[in-house]
Amino acid sequence: MRSGVIAQKVGMTRIFTEAGEHVPVTVLKLDQCQVVAHRTLDRNGYTALQVGSGSVKVKNVSRAQRGHFAVANVEPRRRLAEFRVEPDQLIPVGAEITADHFVAGQYVDVTGTSTGKGFAGGMKRWNFGGLRASHGVSISHRSIGGTGGRQDPGKVFKGKKMPGHMGAERVTTQNLRVVQTDVERGLILVEGAVPGVAGGWIMVRDAVKRALPKEAPVPGAFRERGAAAAEAVSEAPATDGQETT
Amino acid sequence: MNIIEQIDQEQIARLTADRKFPEFEPGDTVQVNVKVREGERSRVQAYEGVCIARAGGGINQSFTVRKISYGEGVERVFPLYSPIIDSIKIVRRGKVRRAKLYYLRDRRGKSARIAERVERAPKADK
Repeated sequence: MRSGVIAQKVGMTRIFTEAGEHVPVTVLKLDQCQVVAHRTLDRNGYTALQVGSGSVKVKNVSRAQRGHFAVANVEPRRRLAEFRVEPDQLIPVGAEITADHFVAGQYVDVTGTSTGKGFAGGMKRWNFGGLRASHGVSISHRSIGGTGGRQDPGKVFKGKKMPGHMGAERVTTQNLRVVQTDVERGLILVEGAVPGVAGGWIMVRDAVKRALPKEAPVPGAFRERGAAAAEAVSEAPATDGQETT
Repeated sequence: MNIIEQIDQEQIARLTADRKFPEFEPGDTVQVNVKVREGERSRVQAYEGVCIARAGGGINQSFTVRKISYGEGVERVFPLYSPIIDSIKIVRRGKVRRAKLYYLRDRRGKSARIAERVERAPKADK
């Protein structure tokens, strides 16, 4: 299991292919997606990477958090998430994961917080049919109708679908195809819609229900700490680092 | 420029690198040469009619072409930057006072004609 990344949803557009088709895509941006900490088997009981993304003003970070970032010697990050990985696939702390972590054509699962809809009625929330437009229906055209039961059972069953709060919950969409990646700008273009609003934080990881293509980098494509400066001089991508700090 | 616009502009540049589309407006009669794939080989098919609408902007721009085919009105919507469009040729320029010529759908024959637009060119024409 490889690590995932935290990305920011930019918006949607379309890509025209050479075959004359067009593909609707969601653009995801990697904003300094950096490994902040390791979770190891003997210390934590499981193996994972803690990844941080985005930048945040230091004054808005709690002192405890500042300490945590100081241990890793990374800038404070706005969004943190853990990704379970195999013990031999840890990426060193401080490394920045790049967009070529995913290869075009592979499938990913994306997790985000869906757009909040507020208090929604039964028609919107559960696709209820509503009541009739005429034939004596007054005022309650979009109401939910009956909720079951008469004298027996004398109650409404628990879990009955009713109006209520909709959206703004964690949603995972599985098996979205990666159309293309752009390392320079840190962009991942994924076919189809991704949950959440533009600007929302999205977790992208390899699809659990699809095989990982062979050309996908293991443990991942990343720029090691300080490599960005070195890369600007020599243009040698440091994507094969294996040693852990 | 935001990232989405950047991506769109790059695509427009890529898609219009080897073909140039003329400026045309609703009311113009255009010939759209469409690439058609038949099994393995592909050929170019012409679709000629009146452009009755242009919609969208940027990479999503599209136009609608209406023609009467065997007595039946046919409308086809083309994405302007679609790679299936081989070329576009303006057959005739039309003089219209609307951006969307949907009224043509209710008209037949003589009343569905569009007057030709003549460019008022004070300078000597060729």
